[in-house]
Amino acid sequence: MSAVIETHDHDDHHHGPAEGLTRWLYTTNHKDIGTLYLWFSFAMFLIGGAMAMVIRAELFQPGMQIVEPEFYNQMLTLHGLIMVFGAVMPAFVGLANWLIPMMVGAPDMALPRMNNLSFWILPVAFFILLSSLFMEGGAPNFGWTFYAPLSTTYAPPSVTFFIFSVHIMGASSIMGSINVIVTIMNMRAPGMTLMKMPLFVWSWLITAYLLIAVMPVLAGAVTMMLMDIHFGTSFFNAAGGGDPVLFQHIFWFFGHPEVYIMILPAFGITSHIIETFSRKQLFGHTSMVWAMTSIAILSFVVWAHHMFTVGLPLAAELFFMWATMLIAVPTGVKVFNWVTTMFKGSITYETPMLFAIAFVVLFTIGGFSGLMLAITPADFQYHDTYFVVAHFHYVLVPGAIFSIMAAVYYWIPKWTGNMYDERLGRLHFWLSFIGVNVTFFPQHWIGLAGMPRRVPDYALQFADWNMVSSVGAFLFGASQILFLFIVIKTVMGGKKATPEVWEGARGLEWTVDSPAPYHTFSTPPKVS
Amino acid sequence: MFKKATTTINKGLAAIFLSIFTSPSFAAWSDLNMTQGVTAISKEVFGLHMLIFWICVAIGIVVFGVMFYSMFAFTKKKNPNASTFHENTSLELAWTIVPFLILVLMAVPASNTLTKIYDDTEGDINIQVIGYQWKWEYRYLEDNIGFFSNLTTDLDEIYNRTPKGEHYLEEVDEAVVIPVGKKIRFLITANDVIHSWWMPDFAIKQDAIPGFINTAWTIVDKPGTYRGKCTELCGKNHGFMPVVVKVVPQDEYDLWVAGKKEAALKMAELTEKTWSAEELVQRGEGIYQKNCVACHQSNGAGIAGIFPALAGSDIVLNNKARHLEILMEGVQGAAMASYANQLSEVDMAAVITYTRRSWGNAENGDGEIVVPTDIVEYKKPKV
Repeated sequence: MSAVIETHDHDDHHHGPAEGLTRWLYTTNHKDIGTLYLWFSFAMFLIGGAMAMVIRAELFQPGMQIVEPEFYNQMLTLHGLIMVFGAVMPAFVGLANWLIPMMVGAPDMALPRMNNLSFWILPVAFFILLSSLFMEGGAPNFGWTFYAPLSTTYAPPSVTFFIFSVHIMGASSIMGSINVIVTIMNMRAPGMTLMKMPLFVWSWLITAYLLIAVMPVLAGAVTMMLMDIHFGTSFFNAAGGGDPVLFQHIFWFFGHPEVYIMILPAFGITSHIIETFSRKQLFGHTSMVWAMTSIAILSFVVWAHHMFTVGLPLAAELFFMWATMLIAVPTGVKVFNWVTTMFKGSITYETPMLFAIAFVVLFTIGGFSGLMLAITPADFQYHDTYFVVAHFHYVLVPGAIFSIMAAVYYWIPKWTGNMYDERLGRLHFWLSFIGVNVTFFPQHWIGLAGMPRRVPDYALQFADWNMVSSVGAFLFGASQILFLFIVIKTVMGGKKATPEVWEGARGLEWTVDSPAPYHTFSTPPKVS
Repeated sequence: MFKKATTTINKGLAAIFLSIFTSPSFAAWSDLNMTQGVTAISKEVFGLHMLIFWICVAIGIVVFGVMFYSMFAFTKKKNPNASTFHENTSLELAWTIVPFLILVLMAVPASNTLTKIYDDTEGDINIQVIGYQWKWEYRYLEDNIGFFSNLTTDLDEIYNRTPKGEHYLEEVDEAVVIPVGKKIRFLITANDVIHSWWMPDFAIKQDAIPGFINTAWTIVDKPGTYRGKCTELCGKNHGFMPVVVKVVPQDEYDLWVAGKKEAALKMAELTEKTWSAEELVQRGEGIYQKNCVACHQSNGAGIAGIFPALAGSDIVLNNKARHLEILMEGVQGAAMASYANQLSEVDMAAVITYTRRSWGNAENGDGEIVVPTDIVEYKKPKV
């Protein structure tokens, strides 16, 4: 195997990337594809974010001011779909592409042509999804959870395009996951046993298995919708003997592991960053691996906690409550490990570390509200209110998205060879940190006080904190323009980065030059 | 033994926190918290919520305490050389087992309350609750009375043309009325898409699902008007279908039931009377505004691509039989529901006549009217 790679080495070193547009269109290079994924996800983050701004602008005051309820529902649906499938997931795939080969000492991903395909079908999927905004009857308007029969019998005609685009996204994710698994299983450098693998690689290995397990389930759900809409079946149509609750079981059997798909890679990233800036080996590497594995396994047996109010029998409610509470144990282990890593460390606070610490604190707050939501009797009051909105935005925005930003600041010197502007990075952090908390913390209160989610207008007692929340959202939204500026500035130039970049950094990616050469580890490194 | 201990802890903690949160200085804060409600169950649920909340706060203080201490005490300046420890089996075991025990402590009272909520014995009064896009129907099964409950907040208030009233978006034309102290059982279902019937003061939230009947029950001891909402996205006007329940003393309730029965008799008389086209159009306009404008719009133009126009529609112009059939049966595979049970014979005839004679339809089509007895005729079993 290594002999083959070495001959390649000789050929490839003479020609770098092709010039112009075809470099990106035809590329099979993991670094190029990683970059494509990251830019694509950032574009989607801005589009989905703009939709969130429309939502918050409408909710700034009670009454209908800016949009009609019909369009409001389209915004909240597309915001959810774009952020989940267009922003967070592709960003993690982009990071996986850039980092996994370098972290395991491999020259590239195992299946480079499939890698190209799995990226390039994504823009097609989102082009189709976004084009539904201009169709007669408007874009999908049934929420990102698209519960039948609102998404079948009662849906606008564009639902068929939505189904097609979900199929494409699913195909892309499955191909990406196969690539990750094959790369990790077959292409690790000699000496890198599974338990020596960096945690980001571990987190992605587990994530990839989750994706392969649940993406086909999602495909099944949308296919049944398609049959109900166009071919006269009644999977979810009660009038034809079907079962609308079946849809929710299928959706959440996909949906709950999906939630962990969006957070496990964040666990990996955070572990690396806290270790580096504490200048101390990560506490409990082995228990981190076991915690992530347990979380992944548990994620398959908790789906009905999204459905406590659909009228499940008592035994089912009890089982799903207990199973859900159990997730707090491995999650707690991870948080304790991060805190103990910092304990007696030698800490500095560069931008990635600030984002990572904010991740730990705010994700834990999201975990606490998650624990509260697991308590079924209390969930009867929380369910489908802004309390839930606050909960999942706490785990997804200062959770998943902060970890992605932390990762960009942490690895961008390796990607571009330039240091980012530390002063601007910190400014971006503080604006985002304040913005995110002002946006989402008051939503706990308005939810508890009784405001349902997914409404374009609300009763007067919720007015004050909705206004505060909107102000926070505008601040958070605007600060991401600063992020775009910082990234572009770093790509264009800046202080040159050393190979190690960070004083306390561990891992193979810090042994190659900054920027990392177009082809790395053509000869596998030895891991002791 | 164990159960007793946890209930005591539960009660003790709840008592402490309740006293904090109900003290006058926290008055403003109570607007930011879950309602305690007015039933034994809702108070128990509130107690659980506060118990779990304070346990989370306590854990947060410990974890974030250690974290913030480390952040200040172990900076590179103060601690240039980091320690090298990275494992400690007994510590790791401890922080796996202790949280597990805390979880068990939470699960016990939660499971108890849940079991009480799932009490499935018969109610004194059984009320069927049916969700529609976008209103609720209530049917009292024992007394054989029923009615629809529509939002009454004016469009002018919603579109900021007039000041908003005190109960903006939380007011309906007809509230559910229940007596104090009786066990009321709600049988919840839906006619079109999934809705969810939420009454925070009773701690009841049950999804209304087509093809399913979910149950929930309550016993309320405190008379008053309680306000809740639909909590499952059910289309365009999901935010505009509130739930209002009026809890009244038994004698007042009996009077109300008698009044409803009498009104039903009066309605039967109206059905038999001879109606003129003008009378029907006049009555129909109100029915149309309440039931049809959300989709077909007040000018009858509908919304292109989703909701068909009635102005100039061939069926409305020239096909009285099909027009009647659509209203009575709904349209299979589309958003148009059957209104056979939602509208009385009089209102059905009136709204059909109204659409056939408005927006120039009378001039462009046959202009035929439908009278209440036509509906009665339609409803008769066909041989």
